Amino acid sequence: MQDKKRTWGKFILEVIFLVALFTLVQYLITVGILNRYYQINLTLMGINIILAVSLNLINGFTGQLSLGHAGFMAIGAFASVIMTTLLDYPFIIGIIIAMLAAALAGFIIGVPTLRLKGDYLAIATLGFGEIIRVVLQNIDYTGGPAGISGIAKMTTWPVLFIAVVVTIVVIVNMINSSYGRAIISVREDEVAAEVMGINTTKYKVLAFVVGAAFAGLAGALYAHYFYIVKPETFNFLKSFDILVMVVLGGLGSTTGAVIAAIFITVLNAFLQEYAAVRMIIYALILIIVMIYRPQGLLGNKELSRKSFNRIWGGKHVSSTNK
Amino acid sequence: MLDKKWAKKGALLVLVVFMLSVVVGCGGGQTSDKESKGDGAETIKVGINCELSGPVASYGDNSRNGALIAIDEINKAGGVLGKQLEPLVRDCQSKTDEAMNVSAALADEGMVAQIGPLTSGTVEGSTSVMMENQIPLIAPAATANKVTVDEKTGKVRDYIFRVCYRDSDQGVRMADFALNTLKVKKAAIFGSTSDDYAKGLAKYFKEEFEAKGGTIVAEEGFMNLDKEFRGTLTKIRGKNPEFIYVPGYYTEVSVLIKQARELGITVPIGGGDGWDSPDMVKVAGAEALNDTYFTNHYSVEDPNPAIQSFVKAYEAKHKKAPDSFAALGYDAVKLLADAITRAGSADPVKIKEALEQTKDFAGITGTMSIDEQHNPIKNIVIIEYKDGKLVSR
Repeated sequence: MQDKKRTWGKFILEVIFLVALFTLVQYLITVGILNRYYQINLTLMGINIILAVSLNLINGFTGQLSLGHAGFMAIGAFASVIMTTLLDYPFIIGIIIAMLAAALAGFIIGVPTLRLKGDYLAIATLGFGEIIRVVLQNIDYTGGPAGISGIAKMTTWPVLFIAVVVTIVVIVNMINSSYGRAIISVREDEVAAEVMGINTTKYKVLAFVVGAAFAGLAGALYAHYFYIVKPETFNFLKSFDILVMVVLGGLGSTTGAVIAAIFITVLNAFLQEYAAVRMIIYALILIIVMIYRPQGLLGNKELSRKSFNRIWGGKHVSSTNK
Repeated sequence: MLDKKWAKKGALLVLVVFMLSVVVGCGGGQTSDKESKGDGAETIKVGINCELSGPVASYGDNSRNGALIAIDEINKAGGVLGKQLEPLVRDCQSKTDEAMNVSAALADEGMVAQIGPLTSGTVEGSTSVMMENQIPLIAPAATANKVTVDEKTGKVRDYIFRVCYRDSDQGVRMADFALNTLKVKKAAIFGSTSDDYAKGLAKYFKEEFEAKGGTIVAEEGFMNLDKEFRGTLTKIRGKNPEFIYVPGYYTEVSVLIKQARELGITVPIGGGDGWDSPDMVKVAGAEALNDTYFTNHYSVEDPNPAIQSFVKAYEAKHKKAPDSFAALGYDAVKLLADAITRAGSADPVKIKEALEQTKDFAGITGTMSIDEQHNPIKNIVIIEYKDGKLVSR
């Protein structure tokens, strides 16, 4: 009974927080304090959060090193643009098709490649990402290497916000469910998990498909904000960018992924003025963080109200900790 | 116990990061002041949004250098309308989204016009922000036809201009050159299929060449980063073309020409401005490059005093010869300064109107007039490699 009350309280608090955050930003955009420049970075932030959180499900929680995330993003981007720009369907259809197409690709790729482990899987997924890019470059329907331009801007703040919240809620709940425990058991010890009767292939593919679907969502949002999509955007460097966020935040920490995505976006925007040395400073900061926090900013911990209480002398809480 | 300690430290670090981001946010806010745009300001801010990192960093780098030399020259001569030009140099990392991001930041900082980015894709990324803010963009080297005109509606993009000729112009020029000057009737096309630039050149070359009575005997393609062309070259050799058109970038083309000559293919070979790089001679060798021709924006060896003074200034500063990107960056700034002077104002909308009226502007890449689709009307130089030297035809 006590527990149930606490859960409800927590839920209501979270909803209030989210609504407040949404309204605040919406207000700032309406009155013009957040101009186009800030809006662009806000959008990039949201898209990066979706990408990092979804890749974290595959790399962090399932422990399968995938380097093809940009490929799924590309599929989502092009699938949604084909629906909206070329075939004139509404944006929501574009998003749904994007997610389905990316999930399907995740399934097709996942089934054969997830038998591989470690380096081999990394190489297979890397190759897959490149294949998608090269194939897209040679399809005339999608404009070949120049891609498709003239995409209407439909990724507004409400759309972006809902997408980010849905992504995090779905992935966090998945991890906290029995599916999630099975997925984590695969990461911890695949043989032991198998012995315990867990169908490891099934859970690996599941994580892969869900991760891919959300990468597709990110691709759709990306395409409908930046006016033009071209295959070159989704090269393997893009996959590495996402991987950097996941590793920086801490493999296996959703809050870590979110924070790292925000951190990287802000860092990138901040360094814009130092054009010449930008990439050097960027790399240096990453190296320094990795030297002092090799497990990532948050390791595999989550940041919650509990951890805040712990810092601000919440002695009564610490007793409930493990 | 240990875990808890780490969690604490980690959380603290995260807090620091958050605070930092807040500070950064404020810092960005201070620089944005709309008052500084246009006539009221003490300097005229020119945004330079270039690819300084990423795959095409060398274009952005050279073009920026060219643009900065032009700004230096103008400032030394007293500026424009009595004001100094203030360059705001930013890196778009060769990414379309970053190009848009940078343009938005520059608009926020009060630029009156933007030079760059260099490639057609990044210019398109930047386009929507420029149109929204009504600030003109002068693209030094975006050659795709659709950059200045919306393909779907056929409408001209009001604020987008360029100082280079289009892909179609280049393909057509080389086809005419092959037919009329080299007197060939049978040509083969062996171009890159990885980018629209090379595909466009091939398409326009073919159309013009066939329309004027030539025949295309073979059409083959390669991918960027390919290193082995002998198989396809042998196939092409079997068709006995009198001329081979190789649109693409110097990275692949230099190797391709070397292998072609090794296979005993002695016919003339032609290409586009993607060939323009000192690496061509280094990789292919001077001898292999004999009897090859490419369309280009200008020639370093042109005796025109304006060109020679630019080449000297550039070599003194950067210890290398300026390529076309540098020259086009230089011309873009000079054209902008010319437009501001003619407009008598640094208001972006007036600059745009003045740019549209440009007639016979004497740039170092040729004398140009801007047509109603915002493309320059200018002549195209054909350059021949002669014993490793560039000779304009």
